[in-house]
Amino acid sequence: MDEKILEVRNLSVSFHTYAGTSHAVRGVDFYLNKGETLAIVGESGCGKTVTSKAIMGLLPMEQTEIGGSEGAEILFNGEDLLKKSENEMTAIRGSKISMIFQDPMTSLNPTMRIGEQIAESILIHNEISKADALKKALEMLEMVKIPNAAQRLKQYPFEFSGGMRQRAMIAVALACRPEILIADEPTTALDVTIQAQIMDLIGELQKELNMAVILVTHDLGVVASVADRIQVMYAGKIVERGSVDEIFYQSTHPYTRALLSSVPKIHTNNKETLYSLKGTPPDLIHPPTGCAFAPRCEYGMRICRNKYPETVKFSETQECSCWLHHPKADHSGLPENMVRGNR
Amino acid sequence: MEMVEKRTLPQENDQLDDQFERIGTEGLSGEDIGEKSLTYWADVWRRFRSNKLAIFGLVLLILVVLLLFVGPMVSGQNYQKIESGMKNQLPSKEHWFGTDDMGRDLFTRVCVGGRVSIYIGLCCTLVMFVIGSLLGALAGLKGGLVDDLIMRFCEFLGNLPYLIVVVILSVVLGRSTFSLIFAMSLTAWVGTTRMVRGQILQLKEQDYVQAARALGASTGRIILKHLLPNTMGIIMVDITMAVPGFIFSEAFLSYIGLGVRPPETSWGALASSGQMQLMFYPHQLFFPCVMIVLTILSFHLIGDGLSDALDPKLRK
Amino acid sequence: MAEKQTLIEVRDLKKYFKVGKKQILKAVDGVNFKIYKGETLGLVGESGCGKTTCGKTVMGLYPATGGQVFFDGVDIHGLNKKEKKEFTRRAQIIFQDPYSSLNPRMTVADIIGEGIDIHGLYKGEERKEKILELLDLVGLNKEHSLRFPHEFSGGQRQRIGIARALAIEPEFIVCDEPISALDVSIQAQVVNLLIELQEKKNLTYLFIAHDLSMVKHISDRVGVMYLGNMVEFATSDVLYDRPLHPYTKALMSSIPIPDPKEEKQKRRIPLEGEIPSPINPKPGCRFAARCKYATEACTHETPGLREVEPEHFVACHRVEEIGE
Repeated sequence: MDEKILEVRNLSVSFHTYAGTSHAVRGVDFYLNKGETLAIVGESGCGKTVTSKAIMGLLPMEQTEIGGSEGAEILFNGEDLLKKSENEMTAIRGSKISMIFQDPMTSLNPTMRIGEQIAESILIHNEISKADALKKALEMLEMVKIPNAAQRLKQYPFEFSGGMRQRAMIAVALACRPEILIADEPTTALDVTIQAQIMDLIGELQKELNMAVILVTHDLGVVASVADRIQVMYAGKIVERGSVDEIFYQSTHPYTRALLSSVPKIHTNNKETLYSLKGTPPDLIHPPTGCAFAPRCEYGMRICRNKYPETVKFSETQECSCWLHHPKADHSGLPENMVRGNR
Repeated sequence: MEMVEKRTLPQENDQLDDQFERIGTEGLSGEDIGEKSLTYWADVWRRFRSNKLAIFGLVLLILVVLLLFVGPMVSGQNYQKIESGMKNQLPSKEHWFGTDDMGRDLFTRVCVGGRVSIYIGLCCTLVMFVIGSLLGALAGLKGGLVDDLIMRFCEFLGNLPYLIVVVILSVVLGRSTFSLIFAMSLTAWVGTTRMVRGQILQLKEQDYVQAARALGASTGRIILKHLLPNTMGIIMVDITMAVPGFIFSEAFLSYIGLGVRPPETSWGALASSGQMQLMFYPHQLFFPCVMIVLTILSFHLIGDGLSDALDPKLRK
Repeated sequence: MAEKQTLIEVRDLKKYFKVGKKQILKAVDGVNFKIYKGETLGLVGESGCGKTTCGKTVMGLYPATGGQVFFDGVDIHGLNKKEKKEFTRRAQIIFQDPYSSLNPRMTVADIIGEGIDIHGLYKGEERKEKILELLDLVGLNKEHSLRFPHEFSGGQRQRIGIARALAIEPEFIVCDEPISALDVSIQAQVVNLLIELQEKKNLTYLFIAHDLSMVKHISDRVGVMYLGNMVEFATSDVLYDRPLHPYTKALMSSIPIPDPKEEKQKRRIPLEGEIPSPINPKPGCRFAARCKYATEACTHETPGLREVEPEHFVACHRVEEIGE
């Protein structure tokens, strides 16, 4: 059994907004093993970014409620991050757990030289001289393969292109050699060719530093090449999880199937009708009592609208929450391989 | 393949079978959207209403205005009547705010002076709004030479020493309410022009304006249907915030003797004459000042509330 | 193939923007292509390659710096006011951002009806009926007509944008990244709708996007742009199966495939560095600085599009030598 570095238990996050309380994350459990890459996949508003920000302790405290009735836990090496004080979290953030964001434009300080920004994150967590920190910053820039690193160190973010900025962001995030890197849509704002470069870089650095990576994304293409395990989120809940192969070749949840088949394959015929889901994800201010996907699910049953399905386990890694796996469910016309084993 | 938990099935299996009937997306269009729609201004009003301070400001303003108009009728005093035997009276049953150094009823004078103050404030704001938004929209839309000319003119006016302009104008035009309004609004629209121009510059790059152009819409249609409705909110806030500024300037000008001419009066003129009696009869300065403060406060509270209610970031 | 009628012909189109005193941003620099009636022409490229500017110049939203755009044989940049209005009836555009492309102060009915009003097509009851018909066409219902844009989701807004474009029954629609701001499951809705409408109404599309797999899916022919130039142009199958330009090859090989096994087998052609700035570009092939096949000649002489095989155009001096 792999060693678990992070365990999230029963995490719920609600935001108080003008229109009411929005239940962005509604009871999420998962774990992360040392050195592995876990992808959290889902569409906008499904709670994937909120989950990762909750781990980092980056949610705005005034409008946010974490936990709920049963008490949430985020265990990092056995310690509950939710019980840490703000000072303790500052010590962990950026040194043990780091995060990179979607928009490299806004996550760097425009008035600080790149070198100083990297050195700053080193200085916060280590007691070394500024000169040493800058030397280390130079090493970091070389590690993320920025050409002419010594020169680049003295430049400002606006002198960097998008891809370069994302590299600099990675350098800032990895400056203290964290054990976990949370990458929130790291390549969404970048072009395909740059996207590939950045994903390669993250993969290489992960091996080099033996980090665990949580990759938050909506892009199944990116996930296929880098993730070890995938969990699919919909409307604040994890609806299915499994290894990469399990999710891509034998997914058991209709939403996962829909996500996979709504992307055109390079080999499919032109202008063939793509599989498309009707409607839009639910409003999380009034989340449905049953399965949130039921109103868009072509296999939906009466029970789906009333009661949330229990989790069914198919293998060491694969789990799914869907009524279709109930023995009484109607299995006719389901996609191949979706429901396995007859009981 | 094992179940994580043993399912607790109800005994009545028949009922359960019914529960497992496939219904797909039956009865759901999948295109449902939120509840009843609110128009833009109804939504603004809803958010404004839920802001206690702003509502307090609005109520305060209504009360002040009511007082100014109803006050003299209730008190039954004439604001110009001089009673030589009643000089510098303290507040009493007959003279609620006391009397001034000429024996005139201070309460009635505060009410009548307030009408003038607010009237001047509103007139200046109107001038500022009309000139400012027209020139601003023109500069923003046309760009090029027109824009350059308007903006240089604004800079010129904006850099003139305000006080000197007012002094010169009141010398040239004589001291009257009109010349005061003219002098105060002469340079005031500069800020509005800049703001509206900035808004229009930003808005005209919006996709919906381009879409209207792609549909063949004329410039007039684009201004009326697309640009102006979308700048209205910010202009409203600007207006609300401008009124107290003008009231304050009027008070200030009257205070230094450049304001309305006696026997007409205003809050500034009242404060000015009250100041001379400050050592012995502080109430003569106190009452007009309280009214100025309350009015300015109410406008500021309303303005703040409006700008919050209009803030797109605070919309859901 | 049956005889194809040309609807749009773009000849040596140039669009420069002045930035600062002496700097010129050459967003589109000498682009040629034809769009046939009833087909979809895809335009792909990375950000800053000029594809959106190209689309908007073809629509006449930007005046062209040089070159011509012929719509049904008439150059649209030389039209007078009346002719221009007539042109806007026949050509429409769908925008990328479903949030900024709808006026927040107008109801859905007024947004869709705007084109009808401008061109005075229908009045009163007829106008109302037409709007409801359009709403139905894009999968929305009549309760939605009096709502405001902020009440809708991104995908619904994009469909309102499509209905607005369709309201005046155009022949040609420029789709400027219509799906990049949408979620995966919603993208399919919109793309299916576009394809369905094309079949129903015999529409011609210029489909601009950076999502290569979607462009391949919807387009008959595809042009690849790099830094204001068209580098390769072919039918979509040919382009994706046998790209010839070194840039296209790198681009195609970096498309992430949502299939772990294929992704592992895929051989990616890495591309070093990033797109240079389009401000005052160097002469010669724009791609030369990043191209591993570049020779001395490439940095001097700008390659033109050549028909290397039937219907397959490449702008590269060394296509033949590089091979597949």
